[in-house]
Amino acid sequence: MALEYFQNYWWCLISVLGGILVFLLFVQGGQSMLLGAGSKIRKELIVNSMGRKWELTFTTLVVFGGAFFASFPLFYSTSFGGAYWLWILILFSFIVQAVSYEYRGKAGNIYGTKTYDTFLFINGCVGCILLGVAVSMFFFGAHFEVVRGNLLDSHSPVISKWNDSHGFEAIFNWKNLVLGVAVLFLARMQASLYMMNNIDSDEEFFNSLKNKALINGGIFVIFFLWFLTMLCTTTGYDATTNADLTVTATEEPYKYFHNFTHLWWTGMTLVIGVVLVLFGLIKSVFSQHFTKGIWFTGVGTFLAVVALFWAAGYGNTAFYPSLTSPASSLTIRNASSSEFTLKAMSYVSIVIPFVLGYIAYVWWSMDRKKITPEEMETTAHKY
Amino acid sequence: MDDLMTVVDWSRWQFALTAIYHWLFVPLTLGLSLIVAVMESIYFKTKSEKWLAATKFWMTLFGINFAIGIATGIILEFEFGTNWSNYSWFVGDIFGAPLAIEGLVAFFIEATFVAVMFFGWGKVSERFHLVSTWMTWFGASVSALWILVANAWMQYPVGMEFDPDQMRNVMNNFWELFSGVAVNKYLHTLFSGWALAGVFVIGVSAWFMYKRRNIPFAERSIKAGGWIGLIGLLLTMWTGDGSAVEVTKRQPMKLAAMEGLYHGHESAGIVAAGIVNPNKTWNNAEDEYLFDITVPYGLSILAKHDLHAYVPGIADIIQGYTLDENGDTINTVSYAERIRQGKLAHEALRAYDLAKTNRDESAMMAAKEELQKYYQYFGYGYFDTVEEAIPPVGLTFTSFRIMVFLGTYFLLYYVVALFCVYSRRDWLQKKTWLQWIAMISVPFMWVCSEAGWAVAEVGRQPWTVQDLLPTKAAISEIQPGSVILTFWLFALIFTVLLVAEVSIMARQIHKRSLTDLEIDYAH
Repeated sequence: MALEYFQNYWWCLISVLGGILVFLLFVQGGQSMLLGAGSKIRKELIVNSMGRKWELTFTTLVVFGGAFFASFPLFYSTSFGGAYWLWILILFSFIVQAVSYEYRGKAGNIYGTKTYDTFLFINGCVGCILLGVAVSMFFFGAHFEVVRGNLLDSHSPVISKWNDSHGFEAIFNWKNLVLGVAVLFLARMQASLYMMNNIDSDEEFFNSLKNKALINGGIFVIFFLWFLTMLCTTTGYDATTNADLTVTATEEPYKYFHNFTHLWWTGMTLVIGVVLVLFGLIKSVFSQHFTKGIWFTGVGTFLAVVALFWAAGYGNTAFYPSLTSPASSLTIRNASSSEFTLKAMSYVSIVIPFVLGYIAYVWWSMDRKKITPEEMETTAHKY
Repeated sequence: MDDLMTVVDWSRWQFALTAIYHWLFVPLTLGLSLIVAVMESIYFKTKSEKWLAATKFWMTLFGINFAIGIATGIILEFEFGTNWSNYSWFVGDIFGAPLAIEGLVAFFIEATFVAVMFFGWGKVSERFHLVSTWMTWFGASVSALWILVANAWMQYPVGMEFDPDQMRNVMNNFWELFSGVAVNKYLHTLFSGWALAGVFVIGVSAWFMYKRRNIPFAERSIKAGGWIGLIGLLLTMWTGDGSAVEVTKRQPMKLAAMEGLYHGHESAGIVAAGIVNPNKTWNNAEDEYLFDITVPYGLSILAKHDLHAYVPGIADIIQGYTLDENGDTINTVSYAERIRQGKLAHEALRAYDLAKTNRDESAMMAAKEELQKYYQYFGYGYFDTVEEAIPPVGLTFTSFRIMVFLGTYFLLYYVVALFCVYSRRDWLQKKTWLQWIAMISVPFMWVCSEAGWAVAEVGRQPWTVQDLLPTKAAISEIQPGSVILTFWLFALIFTVLLVAEVSIMARQIHKRSLTDLEIDYAH
């Protein structure tokens, strides 16, 4: 029972990290707007607004990966080694992002500012879409098989085996792409709302951001509803994890819809999240000068993503369904670390509120003064 | 070569490539963040614009380096999954925890406060800015702690037991992860970062001397960088000595490879300079070295702090006997026997699995007992010959000598730099050859640092986890072509970014040597 408690607790933390990560993808959303940003000063404003937060998104991605590794190592082993190309492409997009802010405006950067801005654009688009694809596999599954006994085969010792496409099949699966596109436009909408809050520029720029929020928000809503419809009508696995860690998986139509209704707090969190996103978007677009929309959509995004993760992992659900061998599906029971490790890490997780606290304090300290065109012209400390 | 070994070799190359690139940037981050924090502290106390200019200049270089360090770092974490998926499962229960804690505790500190450090001037108070700079240093240093604890655990796996039901190791003691190996490794690595950054600061300052511009700034920088670097280097040597003692106890094969020593001696000398004989194998009669200059007693002192201690060689370890300091025979398990016991452990695990399927509890108990008896050599069960368990001797031996030789050289470098900046200022300002030596030496500090990692990582081959999991069983199942392609893609992108980084740094340094820094960085 104690083990189950810690498994639930760590799945919840993974969900929270996932929620924070998707919220912070507004940085990628802003980057995806760079190529059509217009004047030089507007581009500078966007880059510097996003650039002062990029490390947080990057770090959250790294921590998300590290926490998944530590708490559910069988997922790490199966997904990363299996969907090799999907993850490698995500990583490539983040490698080029990491240097681009710092190098784009520096003398001697060899390849020119445009190259680094293109890197940022690529990370903005590819990063969002592929992370959406990766998360979508939590619901729509993948072709893999887990056989622990392979460890003793010295000629082929790998326990998690994937199909030969190694992630390309997931990228080109339209169901996964629906969520990928939804994430991209969510990030773009969030970026517009964040910049409305963070940049103090002329009215024209503010209104153009408002338009961008509306258009991107509209596309996001369409794709998200499409994804949600597919999710609620798809057949999932009701997966019981046996004492010997094998999984007895039986197909259950409307599995995730059932999860949202039977685990009522999951559905409620999703609904609250969606309402907050819509409220933040609508209020920002239709009010004269409302700049706090990002906080509503941000909290809403966080809650909606957390709810999706909960629906993926709780309620006897396979959070990584295997389409090849249902018994190989991953659940939070058979993929987790031991009770000892989960407990030890739970002690460490006590620092999370403190971490969130100092991030919030620093965020507030840095964002008290809005970014302005004048600052861009006078400061030496800019990207 | 079959597909499995192709994937293993290319995955090793890919990991090595990523680690080598990552380590070009991390030590500078570790050391330069400290130097910048010290400079800003002096500014905070004195309110001297000179120290503010120095702080901001070095902070700019820190930022250029920091970004690419992050870019290469993310790959290392995820490569454990993408290329070493079996490893991720087999020991993820233990290895994953420090990695997660590193992220939760350290990375967020770095990521949050580094933004204040770069952009907080004028936006937050000077006191908060100073705290942020120190927090950035603290975050970097703490993140190194956790990843090095994880690395040390791979070299000396403790605090865990094998769970046959899940076919993986599970942690049973968190605090054992902080073994002597881990503590020495962490401190050795951290202090080496200080030493490297000090050389970098002196080298760049020498350029200002050469250009006869911002001389007082350069002198201030040499003092700050010189002292921090010298202290770092001395502590690196001290912890290096501690590491050697740990290696002797925990990884005697690595020590033997570091020395190219095939047959052990009492009162063993250390080869100060030499070339190992590439034709030498553990069981032929060839000489160990093509030539060597040996310092008497050196190896016995290094390994056991005892002039007359016995140090075993590769052949001794393989044959299964060594002598302790009293001349008594110890460690009688030969490698052939270890392979046999490793295969018995595999058999026992197979039997356990079968018994579990058949729900035969007494057979399960019997198999588990058998497994526990032989588990300490589980990894040897993947080998067919003892040769498979020998690390590459030539590379380990040579890397060790490069590290020690250059480390000693840089001790002299620091002494001369500090002597000159305090007592012979005119030498530093006027003697061009001295300035050039200071500058040309800088890349060799990186060679020294990378050579240290080569000793640590090549010397422990063929193991990912010592004695338990060889690289060939730690792998992911991916096509050889995929790994080869990603290796070259990584090589290309990292090289492209490295060239940009060096170019930007060079331009920044050059630009500042043409103007007055105190005006450039005026408050």
